[in-house]
Amino acid sequence: MLSEDLKNRIRAYIPMYPRKQAVTLPALHLVHDELRTVSNEAIVEIAEILDLHPSEVSDAMTFYEFFKGEGEKLGKTRLWVCRGLACMLRGAYELIEHCEHKIGVPCGRTTPDGKITLEFAECIGACDGAPACLRDDKHVMNVTPEKADELIAELRR
Amino acid sequence: MPYEPILLARVAQPDSHRLEGYRADGGYATFERALKDLKPEQVVAQVKDSGLRGRGGAGFPTGLKWTFLPKDHPGPIYLCVNADESEPCTYNNRILMEKDPHQVLEGIMLACYAFKSQKAFFYVRYEYGDAFRTLQAAVDELYAAGLLGQNILGSGFTLDVVLHRGAGAYICGEETGLIESLEGKRAWPRIKPPFPAIEGAFRKPTIVNNVETLACVTQIMKRGIDWFKSLGVPPDPKNPRDAGSYGPKLYTIAGHVNDPKCVELPMGITIRELVEQHGGGVWKGRKAKAVNPGGLSMGYVNVETKLKDSDLTEYDIPLDFNGPGRVACLGLGTAAVTVIDDHTSMVDVLHNTCQFFSHESCGQCTPCREGTGWMLKITDRMRRGQGRKEDLDILVDVADRIGIMPGTTICGLADGAGWPVKTAIRKFRAEFEAAIKSGEKSKYAKTLSVVGAH
Repeated sequence: MLSEDLKNRIRAYIPMYPRKQAVTLPALHLVHDELRTVSNEAIVEIAEILDLHPSEVSDAMTFYEFFKGEGEKLGKTRLWVCRGLACMLRGAYELIEHCEHKIGVPCGRTTPDGKITLEFAECIGACDGAPACLRDDKHVMNVTPEKADELIAELRR
Repeated sequence: MPYEPILLARVAQPDSHRLEGYRADGGYATFERALKDLKPEQVVAQVKDSGLRGRGGAGFPTGLKWTFLPKDHPGPIYLCVNADESEPCTYNNRILMEKDPHQVLEGIMLACYAFKSQKAFFYVRYEYGDAFRTLQAAVDELYAAGLLGQNILGSGFTLDVVLHRGAGAYICGEETGLIESLEGKRAWPRIKPPFPAIEGAFRKPTIVNNVETLACVTQIMKRGIDWFKSLGVPPDPKNPRDAGSYGPKLYTIAGHVNDPKCVELPMGITIRELVEQHGGGVWKGRKAKAVNPGGLSMGYVNVETKLKDSDLTEYDIPLDFNGPGRVACLGLGTAAVTVIDDHTSMVDVLHNTCQFFSHESCGQCTPCREGTGWMLKITDRMRRGQGRKEDLDILVDVADRIGIMPGTTICGLADGAGWPVKTAIRKFRAEFEAAIKSGEKSKYAKTLSVVGAH
């Protein structure tokens, strides 16, 4: 299921840690980034590389709501709208509603064309640019409805 | 005379994140001098004697923490750099990592030299992608320059720095939660003792330090103890347990201000001065009603409430390690100051607060998992206009019972969940009572789902 290249990129982390289990998060990130999900089959293969039982990988993975598991798949871009206090005070709830309306899916869902997964985030540490979004892992600050529209149009292209 | 920033001195320079510029500004000379002229114990002593207290929230004396490591341990000893900065409204670590990563890395190198660690794990929250890539480039530069790796500059000192990415969980900022997460497990905090200094990452002695703390280490070793102690607030002579609030501090200002930003000032500025002189004042010509003085967990101050025997109000408390505690807040926390204006409903603010902690409770301890969940449900019905008159007492009761202080949970997340609830209700009780009595709905109540979508 995992390509040899992907497996090698996981293996490259092993010498950096005193125990192979510590490569769990880096491995999950690599697989998740590339395949947009971590299927049960992928969990088994990660466990094999790290000398773990698949349940150990699954146990760690499911702790973080961050990772999409079997049957769920992320869109091409993950767009998070921050709902932390600093953003809420400067219009985050209105922005979430605006984005849900514009993108056409509620938070937690992916557009039918697979381009955008919309989510809310707890404080993303961009409070000097509130309300803020996270485009995959990059901050977008001072997001007005107009700026959100431009961003959404770009992600749809 | 305006204060001249030290920790943020370089952030506005072009390419401030590059090794070349950092070296041109005298960077790594302190580390090189330490390798050549100082014994590790001397570095520990200098940091200890400076009075530096951890900037991550708890304010524990940094040098003292280092001395808790076992003496003459054969190793390995690990440093975990806590860059899981997730306390709502806090972003100073992000600015240091994005704009001056080498200042932080030099602190890491000095710290590891001091307590004889050959490996630092730098745990960066996922949401800081730009910071992560900037740090990775900086670490790569250091390896290429021979400042990291085996036998650095022929000194016999070896150090590797490994960057590790989180996955969006607030609890990873709790030091033992961070360690569990680093090890590849659920980030469930550990029961202490043993403290990490005795048994931490991979069951080895471990020091967990915050990013800003390590930047302070760089400057303390560069400028000396006298410089550090010339800033901030000395210990309260009436309190033998007070270790003082020395040094510069990065304050982050957020919420209803004209100019939300991160500023560096000597420890001890008041909330009022910070907001009015550095945050551009309250926005839209309005007045401040409440302020969260140090990250969500610390609770709220009521701007109008007079201090005892004084014309000053809670707005005038100093932001040092003791100030917020004097008005029943939990502490200085991360020194993240969020202003709430007089057009905002405290019911909405409290609901948002409870929503955060309920989402981020790791679920390990029942009182926290259930307590934060119930506090969210109760504040949610309040904002839907269905609050009951007993709700306020129930909320305070729950908030008082969950946490490491009452002894019902393993870590402090629940204390941090309870404190804003207690302080908001005690300090704004009339507003909450009026909201319950009127049955008025929040302007947000119609559009948002009860609990999170996932």
